[in-house]
Amino acid sequence: MSEVKVAEKKSALFGKNEKKLLIDPLNDNNPITVQVLGICSALAVTTLMNKALVMSIAVIFVLAASNVLTSLLRNSIPKQVRMIVQLVIIATLVTVVELALKALDYNTFKELSVFIGLIITNCIIMGRLEAFAMANSPWRAFLDGIGNGLGYGIILLLVAFIRELFGKGTVFGFGIIGPDAGYLINTSESWLFGWYANNNLMVLFPSAMFVIGVLIWIHRGIVNKSLVDVS
Amino acid sequence: MGDLINIFIKSAFIENLALAYFLGMCSYLAVSKSVKTAFGLGLAVIFVLGITMPINWVINSYLLSDTGIFGTDLTFLRFILFIAVIASMVQLVEMVIEKSSPALYNSLGIFLPLITVNCAILGGSLFMVAKEYNFAESVAFGLGGGFGWFLAIIGIAAIREKIRYSAVPPGLRGLGMAFILTGLMGMAFMSLMGIDPAAF
Repeated sequence: MSEVKVAEKKSALFGKNEKKLLIDPLNDNNPITVQVLGICSALAVTTLMNKALVMSIAVIFVLAASNVLTSLLRNSIPKQVRMIVQLVIIATLVTVVELALKALDYNTFKELSVFIGLIITNCIIMGRLEAFAMANSPWRAFLDGIGNGLGYGIILLLVAFIRELFGKGTVFGFGIIGPDAGYLINTSESWLFGWYANNNLMVLFPSAMFVIGVLIWIHRGIVNKSLVDVS
Repeated sequence: MGDLINIFIKSAFIENLALAYFLGMCSYLAVSKSVKTAFGLGLAVIFVLGITMPINWVINSYLLSDTGIFGTDLTFLRFILFIAVIASMVQLVEMVIEKSSPALYNSLGIFLPLITVNCAILGGSLFMVAKEYNFAESVAFGLGGGFGWFLAIIGIAAIREKIRYSAVPPGLRGLGMAFILTGLMGMAFMSLMGIDPAAF
């Protein structure tokens, strides 16, 4: 995550516009809750925080790197074949991520299975390449990539936190609340939490939909009322 | 034959690409505002899945595996080749639809080229590799998966057409409600897990 910090520091020197590129996707223009991009992978990997974190880092890397590469090549890509060129750039970077993850953390690689490969078809990446990188300088494209990647990662981690805590009673695999001594709050002995049981529905797939639906509700209803769908 | 029907039923209902694996959610949520467009997109997805799956199977087993014609393990090229096949097939479908049905072409708009980045297509091919299907099985899996996705998008589009007349809280209107509806549909489809496909 160190590259993220560097980018934030430099953008402060650059002025309002660059800062906006980083901040905007976190709230006003969030890729998941506002632009509705990249939902597919967001839902499937959010059963555990660990998986969500690895996925977020992978997406931030691929998004920033492909944005920069496309931006560098933007004047030499013929318009008719630009989709194929973009896909090849993305697919190459995803292959790099896949091989790196396979070498570094084989268990997480196994758990994520096909979803690492599916970063290629993550609409955020294609969408940002089309909408931003094809028309902007590499530095701005880099910031845009980091910003959108972070906006994606925040939602991913939030959803994973809710699902893991209420579904399994753990956070990053560390026991918080559960029925034996391995957890911080032991529900089988505690007089206060004796009624509590982990909700298995949270681990199953429909809950991801409910959690994101409610997050969107909170986002549009309380945090940012200007986003309400009036149609 | 029973095996193939088994795979078809399983991939269409029990392991539904949209509702059990969340694949193709972007276009699923964006194009499900009316049944008519959803129908067109669903058909296009069935078609593209049914074609790309066998082609990718051939590529994977005869070009990329170490028993293929090159004799070395080239699986690291899998993503690039798969996505190239999918992109060119989508281009083909786009041209055919443009010629045969301009109305459908206009109503699908930007989402036709976006089938390329519909995760259901690439995801289907990757699942096919992970599950080690043979040629006939991969065709059945492609058609079944496409059919399941088609059912899911038609279902949500029909519900969303009706719910437009309901008093949904402002923050939930549109996207938020679509998520919750999909969750409920997912729960309904989960009950199909009780089906024993071997009975067919």
